[in-house]
Amino acid sequence: MSTLKMIALAGLVLPAAASAQDGPGLGEPLTAEQVAALDFVVMPDGSGLPDGSGDARTGAELYRQHCLACHGENGRDGVSDALAGGHGTIEGPVPEKTVGSYWPYATTVFDYIRRAMPYQEPGSLSEDEVYALTAYLLYLNEIVDEDQVLDRATLPAVRMPNRDNFVWAFEARQGR
Amino acid sequence: MKTTDLDTSPAAGNGLLDRRFFLKAGAAGGASLLSAAAHGMQREPWMQVPGAGMSELGAPAAAETDLVRTDVSSRPGTTGSGVSRTPLQHLDGIVTPSRLHFERHHSGIPDIDPGRHRLVLHGLVERPLSFSLDALARYPVVSRIQFLECSGNSGALIAPQPVPGTASSLHGLVAASEWGGVPLGALLDEAGLKPGARWLIADGADAAVMSRSVPLDKILDDAIVALYQNGEPLRPSNGYPMRLFLPGWEGNMSVKWLRGLKVTAEPAMTKDETSKYSDLRDDGVAELFSFPMGVKSVITNPSPGLKLNARGIYQVSGIAWSGNGRIRRVEVSADGGRSWADALLDEHVLPKCLTRFRSAWKWDGGPAVLLSRATDEAGNQQPTRAQVLEGRAVNSFYHYNGMQAWQVDGNGELSNVYA
Repeated sequence: MSTLKMIALAGLVLPAAASAQDGPGLGEPLTAEQVAALDFVVMPDGSGLPDGSGDARTGAELYRQHCLACHGENGRDGVSDALAGGHGTIEGPVPEKTVGSYWPYATTVFDYIRRAMPYQEPGSLSEDEVYALTAYLLYLNEIVDEDQVLDRATLPAVRMPNRDNFVWAFEARQGR
Repeated sequence: MKTTDLDTSPAAGNGLLDRRFFLKAGAAGGASLLSAAAHGMQREPWMQVPGAGMSELGAPAAAETDLVRTDVSSRPGTTGSGVSRTPLQHLDGIVTPSRLHFERHHSGIPDIDPGRHRLVLHGLVERPLSFSLDALARYPVVSRIQFLECSGNSGALIAPQPVPGTASSLHGLVAASEWGGVPLGALLDEAGLKPGARWLIADGADAAVMSRSVPLDKILDDAIVALYQNGEPLRPSNGYPMRLFLPGWEGNMSVKWLRGLKVTAEPAMTKDETSKYSDLRDDGVAELFSFPMGVKSVITNPSPGLKLNARGIYQVSGIAWSGNGRIRRVEVSADGGRSWADALLDEHVLPKCLTRFRSAWKWDGGPAVLLSRATDEAGNQQPTRAQVLEGRAVNSFYHYNGMQAWQVDGNGELSNVYA
């Protein structure tokens, strides 16, 4: 085999071999745009939050349409999880876990609604609507005002009442 | 050898015999079977005609009507947000038949086109990558027999008074399978971890896009992207075409229908790891990320629903497991924990797997309380119920691994009691 041919072949196999070490190296590269469309993750610092905004006043009507049937009037007494109330019960004899009484991060509310709700039609809400519903649930828990606009900057700044009552049972170390 | 030759000297109170009893009894039973087969020309009806033919799919015996998942339930207004439970009291051995493996879904079982499904690896990596099922199937596969347990398993045992139930309804959110798949470390190597990478956020292709944060330590230790269960491709109810499998850790983290893996510096604090799978203490502080499932055991036979019909010798059998490694020892009591005898462990004692234990017990027809307690190779001993509940909030039910007591009454009926 000529030297030229050997170099050409090495050039063909090198990218896979260098990245995959001993593996087959069959992962297909993704562009930043492709990743963005597949990435649902919203972090407590707000990274992953999309453009858009909403407030509780808008969220109230959306709640009536999409959430009330399972979660009840004002986020209470529905057939599914209570979303509001229970404040001050967590340290008491019968803790009542709700978004307002227990959840440590407001970003989780957005992340979860966008992933999974409404139960029968997940993915049907716009980003603005998810912000508005998040605002409404926080309003029901007296954490934000009715007119407070939540967006990628203001939502991570919301401090949940029970935030400091969590400890980690596991400390992650640096990866490879 | 006749049964009367066997050593029935007690190993602990209320009739527990030496664990070697059945080794000797097995030899005796074999001899009597042989002699029965050696004579007699009788033909039962099913011996008088040719039997059924071959078929593409096997099925359990028609008479075995108990071989079904139990307590199948979903939250009000939903069909796919609930559980079904492994019928532990009707099984033996350590491998759970796939069709009887418990389920816990959050928004049903997605109908995934395996040709379109992709696993995407992104975040703090040099090269974001997408893997098809065909591509993953070309990677070297590792296969291990290991348990999977829902963190909420046995949660009913926190009730102030013992609730009626069976081994299945109380403890049936555990199963063991041979899980085969691609070590996740190989895929991370291919993508190249960036500095600061410490967590990985996994999510599923179900309608809830169910997500959990997993420490990279665990991923690089023994996590796989599972493609196979008990020798066949995963079933849809267990994540087809691929799921995360994290040996020994709470089941919710082994995300089914795995689609997204985002490498991050911090956990995402998803709904399931904060509002749900966190352990609230009685001082109002909640623990996040209590991942490994603690050492645990339960007697599955006899247990409620399996009546003792006559006094005499019984095999007391059950399962023991630990998220910390192998089971080292299982002890059984027939007198509510006053005295204990070592159980015999079946041959396969594997790390992070169900281990089958067996004891010999002579029931005298009177009341008894059967208990088992396991110890793992790290030296952790299964706690009592009181020890588990100490310092917990009243309705904190995750990670319950206390000893299970079954009361036997004079009629041979069993029930859940607190010993």
